[in-house]
Amino acid sequence: MNFKQSFNMAIKSLLGSKMRSFLTMLGIIIGVASVIILVSLISGMAADMSASFESMGTNLISVSIRGRGGNITIDPDDMQELVDENSEVLAYVTPLVNIQSATVKYETENITTTCTGCNEFYPDIKNSDTSMGRFITYLDVEKRQKVCVVGSYIVQELFGGASPIGEQIKINGSSFTVVGVLEEKADSVEGSDDDVVMIPYTTAARLSFMGRVSSYSFSAASTETVEDAMTAINKQMGKYFSSSDYYSVFSASQALDQVNEMMGTVTLVLVGVAAISLLVGGIGIMNIMLVSVTERTREIGIRKSLGAKRRDIMSQFVVEAATTSSSGGIIGIVLGLFSSYLVGSLLEMTVKPSMGAVIVAFSVSVAIGITFGYFPANKAAKMNPIDALRHD
Amino acid sequence: MIDLIDIYKIYLVGDTQIRALDGINLHIDEKEFVAIVGQSGSGKSTCMNMVGCLDIPTSGKYILNGSDVSKLNEDELSEIRNLTLGFIFQQYNLISKLNVFENVELPLIYRGIEKHDRQRMVEESLSRVGLLNRIYNMPSQLSGGQQQRVSIARALSGNPPVILADEPTGALDSKTGQEVLELLKQINEEGSTIVLITHDNSIAHQAKRIVRLHDGIITEDTALEVVKNEL
Repeated sequence: MNFKQSFNMAIKSLLGSKMRSFLTMLGIIIGVASVIILVSLISGMAADMSASFESMGTNLISVSIRGRGGNITIDPDDMQELVDENSEVLAYVTPLVNIQSATVKYETENITTTCTGCNEFYPDIKNSDTSMGRFITYLDVEKRQKVCVVGSYIVQELFGGASPIGEQIKINGSSFTVVGVLEEKADSVEGSDDDVVMIPYTTAARLSFMGRVSSYSFSAASTETVEDAMTAINKQMGKYFSSSDYYSVFSASQALDQVNEMMGTVTLVLVGVAAISLLVGGIGIMNIMLVSVTERTREIGIRKSLGAKRRDIMSQFVVEAATTSSSGGIIGIVLGLFSSYLVGSLLEMTVKPSMGAVIVAFSVSVAIGITFGYFPANKAAKMNPIDALRHD
Repeated sequence: MIDLIDIYKIYLVGDTQIRALDGINLHIDEKEFVAIVGQSGSGKSTCMNMVGCLDIPTSGKYILNGSDVSKLNEDELSEIRNLTLGFIFQQYNLISKLNVFENVELPLIYRGIEKHDRQRMVEESLSRVGLLNRIYNMPSQLSGGQQQRVSIARALSGNPPVILADEPTGALDSKTGQEVLELLKQINEEGSTIVLITHDNSIAHQAKRIVRLHDGIITEDTALEVVKNEL
């Protein structure tokens, strides 16, 4: 008896008692569906978080100096030197001087925004560009020019959408000439990356009455060199500070790795819980198969008297168990995919079904059928044909 | 064809020995029609299991179709059954979830015969019992006599040399039972060896030879008497 015949026989026997077959499959259906739903939702969540970290730039490394006592600042030139010395891993650096809640005034309009001082490499580091005019240049920085580049939100709010190039605005009372507009990054909403005014960091340092630069943004030469770049930066920082408590080095890709690792753990735990339901489903199949073997004792006797060998009986029942559980698996996969999209749209979550999860869920359900079908099938195969024939 | 030599089958129930077969010597030739007859408990069922290769003797030798089958394991016995024996049971023993065709096809599937040949052999066998028109019916849609004829077709489908019938008329009324017996006689005429097990003397007398069992011993064998009479 070959596989196809066993399979046909199994299908026939499943269709013969539909309600029982369905209830037998239910454990597997629920188990597989919950694995698919959990994996889809969690990978959706992870994808969202990855995307938000990636928008920060995966090459980006931020250094902030909390400092202590006398030596609380590092000369920007030293940082530029660090980049030049490690050009194979580091690409650019910009000092960042933040003036929180800067009041920006144009004619009679007033707006409170974030004003950031940087150098000419800022667009390369942040992957941003100007949509109009130009960005801050080396000369602007050197000469402490009072020029600024504004975000699209500012253009909308302060200039009513008209080109602001060449206009004069006042930042905390000082006059600046607008030389460029940054590309829109976040739909021009308040508090976003579009709600900014960029000025040369030298000018910003003077404006904030603090002659110090307390944070830097580096960009690594590529995503692969982020690790090495961080090592180089940490080494350099170690020369300035006696303890790593006085500064911190952060990279988006490192944070991304941590998020992924955390998500991996969460997935594992939840899938583990779902796997218990698969186990319960498997036991359900074994239970029903045992009942079925007992019910069909006479049939087994007849088959044996007609020449069925142990392995014929064995394969018949194992294939039947595997067919039950894999049908349950397929129903579970369909149900799981359907419900994850449903849950995703109800809860407005990103759903990212994984082909891997589908394949694993299906193989596990087949494996469960074979494993849990083995014991009842073995029981059937070992039956004595005389006793089996006499059974009613 | 069938040679039982000093066959003993002894069961142990607790401390008591039950001698179901207590030294049986039986030789059945090709194309014979033998009835093994006896009361319940006479050992005729054990004898039938032995002849049918469903059981192995405690001691003794069983030569079936030229080969010793008394020492074979379960799977080897299955193969012998499949190739040499056709079973007909009192309760028909058709598989209720399979239709007539599929039931008759079973021994051929276990023999590993190709689908195309199976189709031909099943049809041939069903036409021998006159049920070709019921080929796709389910067993439950047939009368008792028809079901028994399906089971005869199943026994015949692989053309085994020996047909073993265990009380084939036991569940049928006398008229249908007689029809089944006529069918068996006809099959015997066509060349099969038939061993019929029954408790009913009137049925046994329709066979060409009667072997009577009592308490695990053969008490009468008409073939031997013929020899005696001739002497």
